[in-house]
Amino acid sequence: MNAIALLNAAKDGILTGSVYALMATGLTLIFGVMDIINVAQGILVILGAYLSYALSVHLGIDLFVGLLITIPTLFVVGVVIERVFMARLKGPEKTAMSILVTYAVSLLIEGTLNTVFSVNVVQLQASYVTRSFSIGGVHFGFIYVAGFVMAAVLLSALYFMLYRTRFGVSVRASLADQTSAALVGIDVRRVSTICFGIGVAVTAAGGMIYGSTNAFNASTSYDLISRLLTIIVLGGMGSLGGAMLAGVSMVFIGDVVGTVWSPVWSTMSYFVVLVVVLLVRPQGLFGKQSARVA
Amino acid sequence: MATTSGASSSGLAKGAPINIGISLSLSGDFSADGIAFQQGYRLWAADVNRAGGLLGHKVVLTFVSDASKADQVQTNIQNLIAVKHVNLVFGPFSSLLTIPAAKAASRFGYSMIEGAGGAPSVFSAGLHNVFDVTLPIANALVPFATWISSLPKSQRPTTAAYVTSNDPFTQPQLPVAQKIMEKAGIKTVYNKVFPSEVTDFTPIADAVAAAKPQVVLLGSVDVPTVSSFMQAFEQSGFNPKAMIATAGPDQGAAFLKAVGKANADGIMVPNSWYGGSALPASRKMVAEYIKQYGGNAAGVNADIAEAYSVGQVAAQAIVATGGVDNAKIIKYLHSGVLMKSVEGNVKFNNAGQNFQSLTYTFQWQGTSGTKFVQINPTSDPKSAKPVYPKPAWGK
Repeated sequence: MNAIALLNAAKDGILTGSVYALMATGLTLIFGVMDIINVAQGILVILGAYLSYALSVHLGIDLFVGLLITIPTLFVVGVVIERVFMARLKGPEKTAMSILVTYAVSLLIEGTLNTVFSVNVVQLQASYVTRSFSIGGVHFGFIYVAGFVMAAVLLSALYFMLYRTRFGVSVRASLADQTSAALVGIDVRRVSTICFGIGVAVTAAGGMIYGSTNAFNASTSYDLISRLLTIIVLGGMGSLGGAMLAGVSMVFIGDVVGTVWSPVWSTMSYFVVLVVVLLVRPQGLFGKQSARVA
Repeated sequence: MATTSGASSSGLAKGAPINIGISLSLSGDFSADGIAFQQGYRLWAADVNRAGGLLGHKVVLTFVSDASKADQVQTNIQNLIAVKHVNLVFGPFSSLLTIPAAKAASRFGYSMIEGAGGAPSVFSAGLHNVFDVTLPIANALVPFATWISSLPKSQRPTTAAYVTSNDPFTQPQLPVAQKIMEKAGIKTVYNKVFPSEVTDFTPIADAVAAAKPQVVLLGSVDVPTVSSFMQAFEQSGFNPKAMIATAGPDQGAAFLKAVGKANADGIMVPNSWYGGSALPASRKMVAEYIKQYGGNAAGVNADIAEAYSVGQVAAQAIVATGGVDNAKIIKYLHSGVLMKSVEGNVKFNNAGQNFQSLTYTFQWQGTSGTKFVQINPTSDPKSAKPVYPKPAWGK
């Protein structure tokens, strides 16, 4: 193992981790505002990837330009899912029931994608997908760098929206306490619907990057959702900052351990960190309470 | 059940169909292979029924999905036999699922003829009912390793990387090739195993690229693994002289769609069959497949032929034993009889391995009119000249 290999692993961890962070942020935003665990987030990422694929292959639209269509489309998909399925969930069993309902939504989307696109794997193709540049012997894939920049821009926009807009105040109030927020005149229903839409919309960007760097079919969503759930558990359910840190950490730790020791330990190493953190802080790194006072 | 009053000597009631139950990965990690297997089984059943069935009985296939999970395949086989009362069960996809499936079938005294469970662990499980019509995979890379080792010294690579998923199908293949290549003086510069649940292959591929091997042997079970390694290699500016993957490039059009035609040029894969096979039965099957699903011979997934061969071997056993008595079928298949399939000759040893199956290396060649051709054994007149060294990515 040489220094270049180690630097490559660190670079891969940060660049890829940022895209996972983006996808996980949508998941944790939905949980934070609505107490809903959206296990359909993985298949929604794949739906985003397939939308980019369809636009690219059938209409010749560039992958990044296509985001101008796929992000709003998935926002609408999110709003529809929230209105049709989530809005009906109420009472103390809401969180547990949300897992079942979103799983059903996930199966519905998976079946539709298998029917429309078949189960054969595909990968998003564009001239820049395989190009790279080198700095000091470390190769940076354009698509990974673009994914990192896009994740940074979208996460910054999300933070701006949360901390610099009136709507953000409503979201944060709902994150802290839905009943109190409603008492001071915030339309918590509307906030929930929009947040669900935003949480799903980010999967369009995540899906495009994921689909450009991995061959995928609808079943790929199972690997994704298991990773996304562990990210938000480590970061703390409902914590946006936690999701970002945990997303980058998960891939970074795995990649570096895999390179220094062996790939056999890469996945396990993250779970060791997760177990240790949960033993010390059962609510995760930042926990929901921490996020609410942030 | 099948044996009722009016039963014929076949053990089946007059006019009753032969029911065959199959657990396949119609969703989950192996779904692309599972669907291809389903197409192969269906093609075979349609051909048999078009010709009047077996012993005058139509063949009816019942498929259930195991979602690519070992515990589900076991449950499925039990249900197919105990609840659905099928007459026979055929194999699932992958060695990983064949072992629990064959164990479940064994408990009911059922045979398990299969086409995608060639790992040594399948045959060392002490099962008497499992029969793999395809090649035993442990030696699958031998023709490639032998060919690379036999190259003139000026052309022969000096370094190699061995990287594999910890899957029972892939892992046993690489050490055999490594031994041959090391004996020829090809130094191992990277030799690692990665867990099968890994989804982000970039850091592993980057580590392989950093070791700068001239040959890469990749133990893969699917297209996504191979395409991820290829993409990462290209992004690292790393282009080995030769690259072979244990599975993925044999999936025809699905492979080309994922990696792009230009990148496929020079990529190799071991197997016992390809769409361009000259065997008459194979050509007929390929023509039927293209008529039904479109595409061309190079784009036909090898899974199709493996599934079709399972049906052919079962049909010969049913006809030879005069029915669907699993004990008789198991005894017949263990008798050393020589059978035919679209993949070639089939003859089982005591463990249920088909040692008549020949192993070849296939390679994608060209960029626009991409061909999938047999390149070795080089002594075989049907073998085309290998593209070596591998062209640059995308050229």
